[in-house]
Amino acid sequence: MNNVTRTTPENPTLARQEAALLPPVDVIEDSTGITLYADMPGVPKDKLQLRVDNDQLMLEGEIVLPLSQGLESAHAEVSLSRYRRAFTLSKELDADKVSAELSQGVLRVRIPKAAHAQPRRVEVRVA
Amino acid sequence: MYRSLFSRDLFSELDRLQREMGGLFDYSPAIRGLGRGGYPALNVGSTPTAVEVYAFAPGIDPATIEVNLDRGVLTIAGERKRAAPAGSDEKTTVHLDERFAGRFRRVVSMPDDIDPAAVNAEYRDGVLRVTVKRREAAQPRRIEVQ
Repeated sequence: MNNVTRTTPENPTLARQEAALLPPVDVIEDSTGITLYADMPGVPKDKLQLRVDNDQLMLEGEIVLPLSQGLESAHAEVSLSRYRRAFTLSKELDADKVSAELSQGVLRVRIPKAAHAQPRRVEVRVA
Repeated sequence: MYRSLFSRDLFSELDRLQREMGGLFDYSPAIRGLGRGGYPALNVGSTPTAVEVYAFAPGIDPATIEVNLDRGVLTIAGERKRAAPAGSDEKTTVHLDERFAGRFRRVVSMPDDIDPAAVNAEYRDGVLRVTVKRREAAQPRRIEVQ
């Protein structure tokens, strides 16, 4: 059994904006930042792209499956080989400090809030 | 390329059988909150020597996935726990909550010529790949002409 990971040199569609799956996400905000989880099963680390462009956060990944020789499809619920999703970040988020990790097909992205946007407690004095 | 490999118009026997088995879902899609298929999404393919099932099940501890093959029916079951929000901050807000959490079970009917003893499962990058070999006797052979 060969582990054929087919990249398609004969298929130039990768160049243009290919149809892609929308990965489901959870977005959780706490007082110091935002954590985003995205399900992108089948995407190895080197096929994952995470870009911050001005205020756009773009997740993109390509599915690489170990395929046997002569495999014919009988049933497919995942019929595209790419995930893509974009988010608009708001001003108080610090786009320079975005960190991410990919583990077992789940991408976790942490976007901290800029220091000036961190919550501060304001004392209320009784006059 | 997946369009050609796992193309929609090649939906065949396995698909029909699988939908029949999962028929319950079709009668109550709303109450179970699942669209067609559910979690994990499955792709099934076949080669002359094996049947391959790919379950797209991200974020699961491989040790907790139950894969059973019983009388020609392959069952994939397990549980995905909700990711605990980092630090139980009382200011925590959930803005989007789209990822599946909870117990899951999916069932696929296997063809008749499989070898129940030759099943192999591996989990990688959030995809569980189950390979079920076909019986030797059922594999195509070239017959020597004397």
